[in-house]
Amino acid sequence: MADWRPACGLQQLRIRAQLLAETRRFFADRQVLEVETPLLCRATGTDPQLDFFTTAYHAAPYRRTLFLQTSPEFAMKRLLAAGSGSIYQICKAFRNGESGRLHNPEFTLLEWYRVGYELPALMAEVALLLQTLLAPACGELAVRPVGYRQLFLETTGLDALQFGLADYRRYARESGFAEAADLCGDEPGLWLDFIFSHCVQPAMAGNLIYLVHDYPAIQPSLARINSRDPRLAERFEVFINGIELGNGFFELADALEQESRFDAEIACRRRQGLADVEKDGLFLAALQAGLPACSGVAIGLDRVLMLAAGVAEIGGVLAFPVANA
Amino acid sequence: MAIYSTNEFKGGLKIMLDNDPCSIIENEFVKPGKGQAFNRVKIRNLKTGRVIERTFKSGDTVESADVIDVEMQYLYSDGEFWHFMVPETFEQYQADKNAVAEAIKWLKEQDICTMTLWNDAPLSITPPNFVELAITETDPGLKGDTSGGGGKPATLETGAVVRVPLFIQIGEVIKVDTRVGEYVSRVKD
Repeated sequence: MADWRPACGLQQLRIRAQLLAETRRFFADRQVLEVETPLLCRATGTDPQLDFFTTAYHAAPYRRTLFLQTSPEFAMKRLLAAGSGSIYQICKAFRNGESGRLHNPEFTLLEWYRVGYELPALMAEVALLLQTLLAPACGELAVRPVGYRQLFLETTGLDALQFGLADYRRYARESGFAEAADLCGDEPGLWLDFIFSHCVQPAMAGNLIYLVHDYPAIQPSLARINSRDPRLAERFEVFINGIELGNGFFELADALEQESRFDAEIACRRRQGLADVEKDGLFLAALQAGLPACSGVAIGLDRVLMLAAGVAEIGGVLAFPVANA
Repeated sequence: MAIYSTNEFKGGLKIMLDNDPCSIIENEFVKPGKGQAFNRVKIRNLKTGRVIERTFKSGDTVESADVIDVEMQYLYSDGEFWHFMVPETFEQYQADKNAVAEAIKWLKEQDICTMTLWNDAPLSITPPNFVELAITETDPGLKGDTSGGGGKPATLETGAVVRVPLFIQIGEVIKVDTRVGEYVSRVKD
């Protein structure tokens, strides 16, 4: 039987409380409004890479399926479309099947949206928040903004925007990842995920905030495509010590484009035999009504806490990880 | 044969990989927030003892390996094979040089050890963590030196050689940690 006692020490609970208070102060100082949106949702994301939890809601005599959110993105964008202005939320998000050194199926997200911000302004704010939160543990962290293509090239010598199967295979084999050829086949997106997570992230310098921007447009998700270079998405990710902490977009506001991305993802789910999902009609309606120009980002707070507490596993900062929840 | 998905991978699970039986040491879940999930798995090849790392796509499956550990008594060697017996059933197994490898140097006849069987054939043996063996050969030590500093080689009754403190004499029984191959203490009668 699992132990009844908390997995993390009381010190980690205190650091978490400090981190939450510090985060709320940071946004209060900047007049960003704290909001709450439902964890139980009538629709969920269509991303084929995300598995979700399904619950049964009993409103006798009816039963309805409600999903635990994988991210508060759709609901927060409905608030933005309704004129909320800049908002943030600290909430639980749920991702089925994700468990490991850096993953717990239930985790804490900090998500915020800045109306009128272009991506560089939001990236600067992300860096400032992390510097503030991690100052007691890590001192003054330096920041390195770098393009995805540049970082990829520096580490691997490969061009992330110019996929060449033979080069990618050779690089993987020479780096001790012969299996990549079988796993990734001839899918450029898979190759990028593989090489980035297995080679680029581990090679990142320590104690430095990496703001990796201009992701390849292969998987834009909910980011706007760069108007000057359609090979790029207006997306960035933030890393410290090779650990992915968050992901940000200049938000796609085009309802038609969003719907066609949903359709493409739903088609992909069908091909892979994954559970069928419905498009979130209320979210699409909000986009039709008009999403203000904005940038948004989601940060995994438990991982920030790992850095603040000097802990190598997410289980070390959670009172009750899934194994003894 | 059972099939395991990467979601079931955990330390100690026995799987087939490249036609060899392997044991999982560590399983790290690697997943970008947006993108493909992988499992980076540290695996020991049970035939060669080599540890390798291999990445799987999360959700991929592999065959289980029919590998079990059985307590056995070492009986004797006929020069070509080493013979072992399951004490409860008297069932006997003969292991070749590859299977007994270095481990046999810690065992004398009648000793109990663990044999790993793959499809009911000997794959490897593991001696107890600590064994007690008599010394058959070592240089005479200096009387009065009990510090244990320095040390000297000593040959044990099984043929294994370990470093022992200078005061240890031929005929004495010592306790050895087989995992590191090091002297632990003198065994008093």
